[in-house]
Amino acid sequence: MRFKRRGGAIRADLEAVEADVLTSVAADLLELLGEEADADPDPLAALVGRSDGPAAAPEDPALARLLPDAYGDDDDAATEFRRYTEGDLRTGKRANAGTVLATLAPLTGRGGRLVLDRDEADAWLSCLNDLRLVLGSRLEVTEETELAARDDAPRAHALQVYGWLGWLQESLLSCLDPRT
Amino acid sequence: MTAPAELDLPAVDDEVVEDRPWVTIVWNDPVNLMSYVTHVLMELFGYPRSHAEKLMMDVHEKGRAVVSNGTREQMEHDVARLHARGLWATLQQD
Repeated sequence: MRFKRRGGAIRADLEAVEADVLTSVAADLLELLGEEADADPDPLAALVGRSDGPAAAPEDPALARLLPDAYGDDDDAATEFRRYTEGDLRTGKRANAGTVLATLAPLTGRGGRLVLDRDEADAWLSCLNDLRLVLGSRLEVTEETELAARDDAPRAHALQVYGWLGWLQESLLSCLDPRT
Repeated sequence: MTAPAELDLPAVDDEVVEDRPWVTIVWNDPVNLMSYVTHVLMELFGYPRSHAEKLMMDVHEKGRAVVSNGTREQMEHDVARLHARGLWATLQQD
């Protein structure tokens, strides 16, 4: 599987196992992003224009990497920013994962040709990056991490998937001119 | 019965005047592809490829780079857009 550009469309031919692995990790990401945040359940908050988003960064390091603090040196400002923006950030990332799952749905279990328009390709690009951030965090990847698997251990398999997602992302990037 | 509330506008005198600009910083991380960081900087800020690549290399080699500057509100907007794309970004006063 690699992405190719044909006219205005981006396409890739997927084996069944490729479609299934992508579906599995994208569904996991959607579940991770959907976990209830530590929200203030005040039904009047929206009425008065006050967001009821979470105040604290997620404890799960992988989720915290997807939803980072905006202020490195000011906890109060970081809390305030998160309260007002984290909901939208989660929603956008969930929408990207939803696009990936929807476009993969016809290919699940049997593979086939994936055809994406530019908006779908952009959602795929961001989602592939989010998937790599989560896996990279779980695997504690560094710039020196050797991705080539040497055995069948679960970590070796996960590193292989991580490396493959990076290769896919690079292949998709080569099809996309930056939109400015 | 109630009376219209007075608008609680901040008095100009109360505002601390700071002329130091705010900056958005992108930090290095071991996951994001160099090509992806360049692509995102070109799309979000309209930078030509040469400038986006220079910023990307600064992030990679120095651990961080200032990618934009302006008002606090503008930098919060930029940080939110970078987080949406998965880059690790923060804002601070320069």
